[in-house]
Amino acid sequence: MAVKFDIQNLNAWFGLKHVLKSINMKIEENAVTAIIGPSGCGKTTFIRCLNRMHEITPGARVSGKVLFNGIDIYDNGVDPVMIRRKIGMVFQKPNPFPMMSIYDNVAAGLKLNGVRDKKILDAAVRRSLELANLWDEVKEDLNKSGASLSGGQQQRLCIARALAVEPEVLLMDEPCSALDPIATAKIEALIRKLAENYTVVIVTHNMQQAARVSDYTAFLYLGELIEYGPTKQIFENPKHELTERYLTGEFG
Amino acid sequence: MADSQIDKGYCEGIETDHHKFRVVKNHLVQFLVYLALFSALVPLFSILYEVVVRGFSTISIEFFIKPTPTVGEVGGGVANAIQGTLITIGLASFIGVPIGLMSGIFLSEYGESKLSVAVRFFYDVLSGIPSIVIGVFAYALITRSIGFSVIAAAFALAVMMIPIVARTTEEALKLVPMSIREAAIALGIPRWKTTVTVVLSGAKKAIVTGLLLSIARIAGESAPVLVSMGFWRWWFAGLDRPVANLALNVFIFAMSPFENWIALAWGSALVLILLVLGISVAARVLTRGRY
Repeated sequence: MAVKFDIQNLNAWFGLKHVLKSINMKIEENAVTAIIGPSGCGKTTFIRCLNRMHEITPGARVSGKVLFNGIDIYDNGVDPVMIRRKIGMVFQKPNPFPMMSIYDNVAAGLKLNGVRDKKILDAAVRRSLELANLWDEVKEDLNKSGASLSGGQQQRLCIARALAVEPEVLLMDEPCSALDPIATAKIEALIRKLAENYTVVIVTHNMQQAARVSDYTAFLYLGELIEYGPTKQIFENPKHELTERYLTGEFG
Repeated sequence: MADSQIDKGYCEGIETDHHKFRVVKNHLVQFLVYLALFSALVPLFSILYEVVVRGFSTISIEFFIKPTPTVGEVGGGVANAIQGTLITIGLASFIGVPIGLMSGIFLSEYGESKLSVAVRFFYDVLSGIPSIVIGVFAYALITRSIGFSVIAAAFALAVMMIPIVARTTEEALKLVPMSIREAAIALGIPRWKTTVTVVLSGAKKAIVTGLLLSIARIAGESAPVLVSMGFWRWWFAGLDRPVANLALNVFIFAMSPFENWIALAWGSALVLILLVLGISVAARVLTRGRY
């Protein structure tokens, strides 16, 4: 399997607070990689470093290398806007654009990047909504407000919106933490389906979820990468004592 | 046992004088609140009543199609003043709205620098400056070089608009959640495009409210207009000349000795109120979102 991200000595700060410490890891292509760890361990910051979203927070700083398809996304000549088109993101709370219809929400990324052709937009909207398992539920209501959907549907709408610009990677920041168990199950099934064609990196609080959906699991603690490997091995035979204590619920 | 004693003690406490006193206090404060509301509404409605009743009797077709009458002329109207007021407001908005809007965007979206702290402070100072002083400023800067003119008046009014528009725009944009900006940025939409499309459209209603407030404010201004442009009883004759103005109609006619001029003052006041109301309704309809 090919390596999608090669992360070398990645450090991140908020002001003076050192939140990620010398992270080194490789993320496989077309697989689901879960990032687990207790609150405040830097999980979210870590994936926000992968599409250069970390730096939009005032006072935030990054050092180290993140090779994406072999190119360092923190290189001087690299345009963060182009990086974010290749590496999509889904957030913790569903955040559809409130003033836009379902159709416009999905088409937003293309429209605002200059695609005008109605046929291309129609096709992209349909393809993305089908991919996000939402098409059948909303195909009659494409002109309704995105905010009129249920929480789980809104999150799938956000996934469709991210997929519409045809990224190679989908970063998901606790995508199910605001959802009920049924909506969560749908998103998890969707994540497995997406892994056929996309590289998915998912941050989760929920260890069972990581065990269910991911191929690889990384355990972060206090900004350091403690253990990283195939999910089965991490859960059944953790090498590090901290990982085992976390997985058995000793702290969290 | 201890539990039930606590319960008993708690229940006994319910029917006390203290409780009755609180009920009385509640009614008293409620009464005071309603009284305050009522006393705030009395002047508003008495002004509206007076203007509508007196203004309405002057209104006729002639009132809307004829310009300001000369001394001794019977009848006359405010057609030129409506034209002039619209031109003045339009011109002031043309200057003031873009500057105010962009300043507001700067303060909200790019705003935690020393420059923005200074800008915010000076806008607060500017919005506190008496309008007559701004009128004199426009007089010194423009009227003295090109004469009493609609440009000078529009400039003065634009200066009054800018801080209002900027601060209300800033507040409106700050209400748009950060998660919406992040969603757009994560889609690979450049920062400026995110601001112009997603953020501005999310704050559209509140921004329009700010614009309307500022237009309503300048539409009724008379002091800076009088100083920089003066009173004019004819039609629009070029940007370097004065135009007629509804607020000045009220000011000049109300102090005149002629019956029909005083009636025109009331009529002008009514038209001015309706004009501001009309602009406000039109703007709300035009910017009404689908959701």
